[in-house]
Amino acid sequence: MDRFYEVMFIVRPDAEDADVDKLIAGFEHTVTNGGGTVRSTEKWGRRRLAYTVRKFNDGNYILMTIDADGALVHELERRLRVSEPVIKFITVRMDEEQKRLDKIKAIRATRKKLSAQPAAPAEGAAAEPAAEAPAPAVVPASTEAAHA
Amino acid sequence: MADETTHRAPEGGAPSAPGARGTGAPRPGGPGGPGGRKFFRRKKVCKFCTEKIDAIPYRDVRLLQGFVAERGKIVPRRLTGVCTTHQRRLTRAIKQARNIALLPFAARF
Repeated sequence: MDRFYEVMFIVRPDAEDADVDKLIAGFEHTVTNGGGTVRSTEKWGRRRLAYTVRKFNDGNYILMTIDADGALVHELERRLRVSEPVIKFITVRMDEEQKRLDKIKAIRATRKKLSAQPAAPAEGAAAEPAAEAPAPAVVPASTEAAHA
Repeated sequence: MADETTHRAPEGGAPSAPGARGTGAPRPGGPGGPGGRKFFRRKKVCKFCTEKIDAIPYRDVRLLQGFVAERGKIVPRRLTGVCTTHQRRLTRAIKQARNIALLPFAARF
């Protein structure tokens, strides 16, 4: 059961692009060798920092979303801490949040379908299990009538 | 002592019920809240509840900056009208953003 994390780190601005790419590739290898997968890597480029970090006022922001377990994240963070060009990093666990968001989206999707009443079999299959599950204060009058 | 508690229970039940039902911040004490003003503050609604924004990511600096004061302090919920759950998430996101230098801890030297 892999967890889904977002790692954002800042590389010092005087590192060259080639070095930055090599660094990112190194981290990606760490993840894949440890049994995780890299979902995406996003480069935000050079941004002004809100405060001075290690005497730098700008930084190269990079965002990586990965599927990994706790031990792998520990290892990745150790590497981030040790690597000299990286000046700051933060790891945020996103899988619980994603589950919550998916649940909300699913509830919203069923709500809209029930009110719009389209004749699609896929929606019917999706509406059935979601309607059974207790939805707090979101249940429209039509389903209450059906249940009653 | 027992009399006081039983008397207070129904009183406490009545005002909290209508106030707790709204999604915006309930304002039972209109004149008392803003500090001496006569009118009710126009009912501020939670921006996240109305726009149905579920997730408040720390990466979205522009969204967060609307809830941060000039000196970098987090604006209290009675001024912005955010509801409690969203204020808690907002606070978490702001603190995460501060950690990654997207927002300052203390600005305007």
